[in-house]
Amino acid sequence: MASEFSAAAPSSVEEGAAAPASGVAVASGPPQDPGREAADRRRERRSRWYRRDVKWSPYAFIAPFFLFFAAFGLFPLLYTGWASLHRVELTAPNDMEWIGLRNYTRLLDDEFFWNALQNTFTIGILSTVPQLLMALGIAHLLNYRLRGSMFFRVAALTPYATSVAAATLVFVMLFGRDYGMINWFLSLAGFEHIDWQNGSFTSQLAVSSIVVWRWTGYNALIYLAAMQSIPSDLYESAALDGASRWQQFLHVTLPSLRPTILFTVVVSTIGAIQLFGEPLLFNGGGGATGGSEHQFQTLGLYLYEQGWTNLHLGRASAIAWAMFLLLIVIGLVSLAVTRWLRRGEGKA
Amino acid sequence: MRTMRTRSRTARKAVVLAAVAALGTSLLAGCASDDEPEAAGGDAGSDQGKTTLTVGVFGAFGLKEAGLYDQYMKENKDVVIKQTSIERNENYYPQLLTHLGTGSGLADIQAVEANNIAEIVQTQGDKLEDLSKAPGADKAAFLEWKWAQGTTEAGKTVGLGTDIGPQGICYRKDLFEKAGLPTDREEVGKLWAGDWDKYLEAGKEFQKKAPKGAKFVDGAPGVMAAVTGSSETRYYDDKGEVVYKSNPAVKEAWDLAAEFASEGLTAKLQQFTPGWDQGFSNGTFATVSCPAWMLGYIQDKGGEKGADKWDVAQAPKPSNWGGSFLTVPSAGKNKEEAAKLAAWLTAPKQQAKLFAERGSFPSAQAAYDLPEIADAKHEYFDDAPIGKIFAQAAEGAPVQILGPKDLVIAQNLADVGMLQVDQKGKSSEEGWKAAVKAIDNALDQ
Repeated sequence: MASEFSAAAPSSVEEGAAAPASGVAVASGPPQDPGREAADRRRERRSRWYRRDVKWSPYAFIAPFFLFFAAFGLFPLLYTGWASLHRVELTAPNDMEWIGLRNYTRLLDDEFFWNALQNTFTIGILSTVPQLLMALGIAHLLNYRLRGSMFFRVAALTPYATSVAAATLVFVMLFGRDYGMINWFLSLAGFEHIDWQNGSFTSQLAVSSIVVWRWTGYNALIYLAAMQSIPSDLYESAALDGASRWQQFLHVTLPSLRPTILFTVVVSTIGAIQLFGEPLLFNGGGGATGGSEHQFQTLGLYLYEQGWTNLHLGRASAIAWAMFLLLIVIGLVSLAVTRWLRRGEGKA
Repeated sequence: MRTMRTRSRTARKAVVLAAVAALGTSLLAGCASDDEPEAAGGDAGSDQGKTTLTVGVFGAFGLKEAGLYDQYMKENKDVVIKQTSIERNENYYPQLLTHLGTGSGLADIQAVEANNIAEIVQTQGDKLEDLSKAPGADKAAFLEWKWAQGTTEAGKTVGLGTDIGPQGICYRKDLFEKAGLPTDREEVGKLWAGDWDKYLEAGKEFQKKAPKGAKFVDGAPGVMAAVTGSSETRYYDDKGEVVYKSNPAVKEAWDLAAEFASEGLTAKLQQFTPGWDQGFSNGTFATVSCPAWMLGYIQDKGGEKGADKWDVAQAPKPSNWGGSFLTVPSAGKNKEEAAKLAAWLTAPKQQAKLFAERGSFPSAQAAYDLPEIADAKHEYFDDAPIGKIFAQAAEGAPVQILGPKDLVIAQNLADVGMLQVDQKGKSSEEGWKAAVKAIDNALDQ
């Protein structure tokens, strides 16, 4: 890893530094020409600067990110951890009372927390699995030579560019109990009206459908990019060996996409665990309860309810850290899976 | 081929550059417009020797819309007023608490919703100015209870009342007529005058002959909130203890609302959700408890389809829902000017104007005799004399005992407990248990 970076960094700097340097040379170089020595000295000085530039500039270039990350990422993270060990109320945020791990131990028998965790997982699976499968299919279709392929690619990305709020409000209307369009279609087919929002499974399905709608196109484009980097001779030789389209997809496309699929799974999982905007807005004016039985209250929503409705900052911080730890565990698992996959590849 | 490629590359570069530039300027612009009110509020007299006062509000608060700022600036040439607004109180209030805690980012005047005033008075009283001595603030002009709600135990008045929410019952004349009930607002009021149980009886009567698809009320939680609003003790007693579990008034409201649900008199709609909004124009329900500030909302949602159908009658018992206060944080730099403005904005005359323009009912009883109130009629509600109806409700409304967690308790009773009973067909006991469990969890620090 390290060697890759050091090899890549200077070359990019070289490009950037070369342009102004050559400009200077054009302006000051040829006309005068007082003697070789001066030119040598200048060249030497320039090369010294150049070396320093190569050595230190990259740090300057990446510094802004790390400064911002320290201020808006790392510090809040650590401070949240500190707050989670205290009793803190939003009415007096500076008045902290040390209570050790109490905020964490109480999570163990907090049935609202476990309910939220369970909902988060169910909604996560209901949204991630169909989303990635559909993305794979769409990417495969877009990968064919199509007329107006650009149009379809942009179209696939538009839901992603829509704001959560706007999308969710429309979905709330679609899933309405009395005048919703989905129930209207169902009634045409002879089904009874479904009270989407009040059922546990139906509400989670509805929330998931918003997530699926928003993110499928985005993942499809990632898959498409990966598909286009698969060398075509692989397909050619597969075709020569008599593989059908489907077999080509199974034995050429899918194995080549493996790292990409893993990436999208990890990213979608992180997104699913942090799910917040969709279930919040799906509740209409009902706030962060996630329905009367908390049937679609996710971890993110429960955190919000504790912190900003009930004003218990300490308890909310503990939930935030619990979510963070959960994500770390998921990250480690995915890392292990990657390693395992790579080893499998090496053997083969 | 080659020229094509270079051209497209430069074009792409140009696009990227343009995007970066646009992003940069918009960021700068964003910072500038964010900072402006704050900075201006910070140093007095930076605006060509003028004092800039900032007012922080939630929702469409109405002060600006009613032209009150413009009027004040016309009368006080050396003052410039700017307003910052956050759409929902549930976002506005936590931010206000954070700002009060850190003493920065505050506007010179901050609005506070009635459900939060007790918490503000009890926990933030030392960070707010005493407005009782502000020039123009007159205790006698206000309803006694409104004034008391904004005053700390030590007698420091940190919040001046703007509007209150006296309630009537809004009803659909067309549905009442089809169900064989009277449609005249006086007679409708008499149907249930003095007793919420009679409201239930009227509901049963209505439902017997109701047109298909129409229910008597929007939902059970709304009934519960309205009944609770007509009693003095709700969730806290006068010693500040949480008593909702044992308070007979809460129990009575709960049982009555649950009966509405079990009798099938509700349209099973949650308030302020899209389904509820559509119900106003579609005639899904015949009545709804409506505070003065809700009339504009009903007009919006009822639209043309609901025109000439809605009217408003007296509620069974005088009751109050909502309202607001203005406070002046001590961390501000223009405290004196801000206090003066807050007193002016809440004076009877200005409150009357706010009512005439926006329908927010005055908390200054001295305004009730002004023609803007006394003769006020609402066109959409068949020219109902809303000034008279709501003034009567306001004067009869009980002096409520408020507590810091009123909002959390009320919300969980309505949005968790009663909603389960109403929409999921849970028994009254199950719903109550679920609500209590959620409230216990919410109150535990």
